[in-house]
Amino acid sequence: MTAATAPQPMRRRVRIGPLALHAALIVGALLALFPLLWMISASFMPTGMANQYPPHFVPRHPTFAHYREIFTRLSMGRFVLNSAIIALAITGLSLFINSAAGYAFAKLRFRGRDTLFRGLMLGLVVPVQVAMLPLFLLFKEMHLINTYWGVIIPSLASIFGIFLIRQYTLDIPDDLLDAARIDGASEFRIYRSVVLPVIVPILATLAIWTFLTTWNDFMWPLIVLSDQAKMTLPVALASLAGEHVQDTELMMAGSVVTVLPVLLVFLFLQRYYVQGIMSGSIKG
Amino acid sequence: MRRELTVEQQRARAAWVFIAPSLVLVGLFFILPVVASFLLSVTDFDLYSLAHLSNVRVVGAHNYVALANNPEFWSAMVNTFYFALVGGPLTVGVSLGAALLVNAKAARCKGLFRTAYFVPFVTTLVAVAIVWKYLYHPTYGPLNYALGALGIRPIDWLGDPRWAMPAIIGLAVWKNFGYNMLIFIAGLQSVPEELYEAARIDGAGAVRQFRSVTLPSLAPTFLFVGVVTMIGYFQLFAEPYVMTQGGPLKSTTSLVLFMYTEGFRWWRLGNAAAIAFVLFIIILAWTILQLRLERRRA
Repeated sequence: MTAATAPQPMRRRVRIGPLALHAALIVGALLALFPLLWMISASFMPTGMANQYPPHFVPRHPTFAHYREIFTRLSMGRFVLNSAIIALAITGLSLFINSAAGYAFAKLRFRGRDTLFRGLMLGLVVPVQVAMLPLFLLFKEMHLINTYWGVIIPSLASIFGIFLIRQYTLDIPDDLLDAARIDGASEFRIYRSVVLPVIVPILATLAIWTFLTTWNDFMWPLIVLSDQAKMTLPVALASLAGEHVQDTELMMAGSVVTVLPVLLVFLFLQRYYVQGIMSGSIKG
Repeated sequence: MRRELTVEQQRARAAWVFIAPSLVLVGLFFILPVVASFLLSVTDFDLYSLAHLSNVRVVGAHNYVALANNPEFWSAMVNTFYFALVGGPLTVGVSLGAALLVNAKAARCKGLFRTAYFVPFVTTLVAVAIVWKYLYHPTYGPLNYALGALGIRPIDWLGDPRWAMPAIIGLAVWKNFGYNMLIFIAGLQSVPEELYEAARIDGAGAVRQFRSVTLPSLAPTFLFVGVVTMIGYFQLFAEPYVMTQGGPLKSTTSLVLFMYTEGFRWWRLGNAAAIAFVLFIIILAWTILQLRLERRRA
């Protein structure tokens, strides 16, 4: 190889670089999306089509029959409603509870504040399953088993949520709060009229995060909700999947109905969600 | 002076009002049950105790000793560590790879790819576990079909004790890498461009830059991602519950699944509480270990 031709491999590498990069990006995206695309496709297949060899990837005659069946015979509407009530109740209530605490830990001085906060943070390494057994006994005494509240109450306060709000609220200038105090505003009024409007972005992140987590939550609702009329979607779906092992297309329709709400929430609100996760992690 | 003090006091009182709801909720429904769980683990609380509290007896370390002599417990330990120690690093590795791809300077449509990679993370685990169960089907599943095209004989993914755990790890990596990827992208974007420039001036190639600039700058990100991923992975539950019920031959029974079965199927709550505490100790020890290793390296 002469000196004159030497730059050529260099240039070629530069040209292949972006091509290989985009090929890898596209293959990765296909791998990430394939299970979900297959789920949607199979949910429209006529019964039995998903259990054929070689496998079909697109339904030749798409049908809504399975969606009709899960909403009529399997009362999926009931589970959607249960999930929505529980997830929305937790999201709405916990937003106030956690933002108030996060703000107080960041901006209000009181004795034992930092010790208390550090103690709370220790709770992050305690797996929630440790609390589940006694909590079940406690809720049995309180007649909260098989009720919405039994699922809602343990998720109302979140150590992670308090942490997230505190990190964000630390950046609010003290002058802003002091100015409001000089104007004679009460502490509650300051929280409502000065702090909350400023922290809307992180509230949005936390709200989306909470909604997604509670909608998807499985183990505690499984323990608390044994009565079918109260079951959330994941609990009902897991139980249906046990009875309908062979009904692939039907189960795919059930999975679509379960996943679709969180998917839509994410796709429409991802701007707030993604930025919050990325900024929160750096500070943390 | 007096006035000043009352303002301070007022503010402190307001602070307590703000944190009281969280403290009461966390105290009553988390801290108290955790403490109670330890107490539960030194009793023989079972189905009879559920009917009559007078049937509970304190048995000391008996539950823990019984666990140590129970092969099913050790198999759950091995399975849990298998999942966490193989699945955890694999997830972190895939996350970093995806972050590097999406964050590459030459990459177009970054937002689109980032969204596509993140979507699995927001889906409902139970639903996608059911989907993956069909993808893994030995005869009709698309996975074996694709492998067949490469000349690989069909594998009974969820029916073969050797393959069931790798199959569950596959689902977990797919489901979780998107979250870590976001954190890595944030980490990559916070590496100062001057460091790369200095490395280039010193004649460092792409690989050298990655090893000497990117990786060291990402150390705090690695720690965060590693700790969060491992804490989550030690709590493996829904995947085997939905896909294999812990089988075949108990090869996918995790500690939490074992705890759930002992506690909420057989109502041996004392025993289950002991399992929960072992899990707690493992997670605590592992987190401390990771923090220590990082501190020593830094």
